[in-house]
Amino acid sequence: MHIDMSSFTPWSALAGGVLIGLGATLLLLFDGRMAGVSGITAGIIHPARDDLGWRLAFVAGLILAPVCYAAFAALPELRIDASYAILIAAGLLVGLGTRYASGCTSGHGVCGLARWSPRSLAATAAFMGAGFATVFLVRHVFAS
Amino acid sequence: MKRIARLIGALAAGLVFGWGLIVSRMFSPAKVLGFLDVGGAWDPSLALVMGGAIPVAAIGFALAGRRQRTLLGEPLQLPTARVIDGRLVLGSLAFGVGWGLAGFCPGPAWVAAGTLAPRALVFLAAMLVGMGLFEWLEHLRTSAASAAASSDVLQRQDA
Repeated sequence: MHIDMSSFTPWSALAGGVLIGLGATLLLLFDGRMAGVSGITAGIIHPARDDLGWRLAFVAGLILAPVCYAAFAALPELRIDASYAILIAAGLLVGLGTRYASGCTSGHGVCGLARWSPRSLAATAAFMGAGFATVFLVRHVFAS
Repeated sequence: MKRIARLIGALAAGLVFGWGLIVSRMFSPAKVLGFLDVGGAWDPSLALVMGGAIPVAAIGFALAGRRQRTLLGEPLQLPTARVIDGRLVLGSLAFGVGWGLAGFCPGPAWVAAGTLAPRALVFLAAMLVGMGLFEWLEHLRTSAASAAASSDVLQRQDA
């Protein structure tokens, strides 16, 4: 392993992380809910009574974020290298997996760890481990 | 009035959360994959994103936990599950494989979809189908379980 200093962006990463923490805090203080994006999304697909509005508003905020950002500054590069077939397979895995796990990077990785939840720590270790292993296999074992 | 305040709060939360994903560059799969590629030229940025987000969120949870109410005076509705079981671990492993293949997880998928990039929209659509598939499988499982339970009752009545 060697650190790629040309790609490493420590300050913007920290600043962005603080904003993510603030967003999660806003949702907690105004709506009493945890900012877990997979759970919020699932509740839109399969809504319970009187539980849809805040979910739609939060997701609208996510979708509008790049639009509002671009009004003030140039958007950083969005680079998606995967083929359409891989994107579809990956999307299905992420959709199914996060529902069985009841959470994703935001719900378990940020909010769950911020609440010192052992369940979220187990989930985060599992998806990070699987992510590291998958990229290793794709880039260094099966790549020609 | 409270209803409107709740909606505005959730919209603002989504915007700030989304800006965080843009500022940190994590809405871009190439950036996320740079972190997951520990065998190559490793980009540790994502670790610092979590290092920034978790302490701030922890302060939020500590504040909310002390009040046990939102700023609007309503009760918190937080997850209560504590069990670490096969569903949690296998689900997380499957999620991690998908995350490693594409570099997208649910939050960045919504934010990137806001740019209308076709590849982001395709990933998002597949993710929503995956979530729908889960609802369908759960429906099958619970209806099979209740059918088994009711046939069990019938058999006992027969005997």
